[in-house]
Amino acid sequence: MNEFNGEVRKMMIILSKATLENVYAAFVLANGARMEGIEAEMFFTFFGLEAIHKGKLEHLHTATVGNPALHMPTLLGGLPGVEALATSMMKKEMEKIDMPDVLEFLDILKASGVKLWACKLAMEMFHYKKEDMFDDLDGIITVGDFYKQGSGLGTHMLFV
Amino acid sequence: METQIANITVDVNEEGYLTNFAQWTPAVAEAIAKDLNIMLTPRHWEVITYLQNEHKSDSPLSIRKISKSGVVDIKEFYQLFPNAPLKAATKIAGIPKPASCI
Repeated sequence: MNEFNGEVRKMMIILSKATLENVYAAFVLANGARMEGIEAEMFFTFFGLEAIHKGKLEHLHTATVGNPALHMPTLLGGLPGVEALATSMMKKEMEKIDMPDVLEFLDILKASGVKLWACKLAMEMFHYKKEDMFDDLDGIITVGDFYKQGSGLGTHMLFV
Repeated sequence: METQIANITVDVNEEGYLTNFAQWTPAVAEAIAKDLNIMLTPRHWEVITYLQNEHKSDSPLSIRKISKSGVVDIKEFYQLFPNAPLKAATKIAGIPKPASCI
């Protein structure tokens, strides 16, 4: 046990996917940390960058193929329109439980003191520019920079 | 269980939240706030009153609710009640800890 008696002091959450359920999971974890008085930082990499890309963040989808929890035949999941239908159903359910949309959630996270970082390598790979991304981003950094941000006792890292 | 806060006998749960709002007084709020290292200002009281009114109307509290309250924005909410803001603010307000994940 460390000097904080094993207490979680900081959550470093890496988001590498852009399916709605993964984005929300990462956001809820980051917000939940702040609500408990735990620091939180997020690193958006690979497809996770879509969650902070202004042109894409409002069009994220639920995966209908390769998602056994939807209990839908894989063949059906691949048909045109099925993913859009599943997504709109999911969004309706989320609205019912007072879940904010992606952009509003980003604003909440930022106002709550969550640091939001974009992965430099993935930004270059997808040819994204800083102007394409959510305005209140804290910066575009390397994985090494992100590890440095997480230094200190009581830090935990999570990969989504 | 019963405990003494600001020389008043109140019922609290294991986390120190009042279980009977009728026992809440501003002096109790001051004492709980002091325990959380928070000095209550008029801005704090505005937020506390808002939370109590929301609770009275059985409206579930969440951080999203705070952002739409028109009373305080999220940034100021975290400044007024540092660390775990909704947990601290509801404790001071004498109402239950919100069970929301958002």
